[in-house]
Amino acid sequence: MSPRTPVPRPKPSGAALPDEIFAGFAGAPMQARNAPGPLTEERARAVLATVPDPEIPSVMLPDLGVIRGVEVTGDAVTVRMSPTYTGCPATDLMQMMIREQLTATGFASVTVDLVLSPPWSSDDITAEGRRKMAAAGIAPPAHRATDKRHLTGTLPDVACPHCGSADTVMTSAFGATACKALWRCNACQEPFDYFKCI
Amino acid sequence: MACSIPLPPPGHPRKYPEMGGREGGEGWNRRQKKATPMNASADHNDALFRYLLRLGDTSHILCHRLGEWCGHGPIMEEDIALTNVALDLIGQARLFYQYAGEVEGKGRTEDDLAFLRPERDFNNLLLVEQPNGDYAKTMARQFLFDAWNLLLFRALERSTDARIAEIAAKAVKEITYHRRHSSGWVIRMGDGTEESRTRIVAAFEQLMGFTAEFFHMDDVDRQMAEVGIGPDLESLRDPWMADVEAVLAEATLDWPTATWSVLGGRHEGRHTEHLGYLLAEMQSTQRQFPGLNW
Repeated sequence: MSPRTPVPRPKPSGAALPDEIFAGFAGAPMQARNAPGPLTEERARAVLATVPDPEIPSVMLPDLGVIRGVEVTGDAVTVRMSPTYTGCPATDLMQMMIREQLTATGFASVTVDLVLSPPWSSDDITAEGRRKMAAAGIAPPAHRATDKRHLTGTLPDVACPHCGSADTVMTSAFGATACKALWRCNACQEPFDYFKCI
Repeated sequence: MACSIPLPPPGHPRKYPEMGGREGGEGWNRRQKKATPMNASADHNDALFRYLLRLGDTSHILCHRLGEWCGHGPIMEEDIALTNVALDLIGQARLFYQYAGEVEGKGRTEDDLAFLRPERDFNNLLLVEQPNGDYAKTMARQFLFDAWNLLLFRALERSTDARIAEIAAKAVKEITYHRRHSSGWVIRMGDGTEESRTRIVAAFEQLMGFTAEFFHMDDVDRQMAEVGIGPDLESLRDPWMADVEAVLAEATLDWPTATWSVLGGRHEGRHTEHLGYLLAEMQSTQRQFPGLNW
């Protein structure tokens, strides 16, 4: 038996996670967090712009439209966040990641408040968020949540995120996460995720 | 019925307020006792607490039933669909339990309310505790419930209680999606093969009698309706019947012939034999290892 090298233990909660954990997420500008400077709202927002949706890592939380407000008082920051779905298991993780990143930036007190009203809608996803989603192979919501077709249950025309064809079909109304459905492209035969319009 | 839920070890610090009932104290049978005079605000809070538990328990128990399908769905897409619906339901149940715990003001958490109350303290609809059966029965149960739940939550969106209104506004979007899924399966099975039709007809015959509870009001419901927190449940009956009839018609099905009906779960905690077994399984970890966390 070869001698075991000690496995590094995770630090107790409250300590910052090492950069490597987030380094794999595309487009996360880590310098926003580490650059020295005063603790302003702008700074806090720049840090939030590096926190990814745990289930769609290329989309950052502000892109997803879940950040409802940021308030900085001295070295304390309060972030208001709205969950996408009531039971979304990523909600807890998002709160934890926000807390960790802002603590690492130097904020002494970080509060993440969950707000339900007005309810989050897929309309809150920014243009940048939709672009990043499509680039990750996830078709963004095809129309607005207030669209009448949504009420009648008519299926939207969803463009394939791989080849752009409109010849697509829904294979399952529910997908790998609460926010997605499963679709397939008849042109390139590839399956893909569709971000539900809600 | 016999209860197999283990008691906490002697001298364990964890408090079980509801267990006191077994010695005749304040506890599970408090509903049988004549209410002692309280001031108006305490009385309102008690009614609101019970009303919230009814909402939370119904979502929670149906969530557990749907979770039983995890890994056993007839096709992968449906396995995923049911667990997705279950996820929305547990999210809704948590919001109601958290609020109920605050209203009660005795320091009980959402977990205490979910895992440390016995059968007689659960106020879910009898319909949602019915066993899954085959997929036709699961979908018939889901559709009857979704159609009603959507109407209820649309009404709750206008609740005078801001917290309930915002939970409802969030949940309505999810329930709309659930109803579309379950109604689709009712239509597909009713207007499908001889086999699927026979099964869905049998399912509606078995379940329709439990829907009487949707519209039955007691003092708590009336009290909540008077102050605009909840709707008059009777007012949901016509739109619900219209919705169910329209879907049954599209599924080429007739209204079930069964004429029996039963009440008791949502108001009094009198359940069918199935809930006890469900709770014994769901609560077993917290009962054996009180306060266990991960």
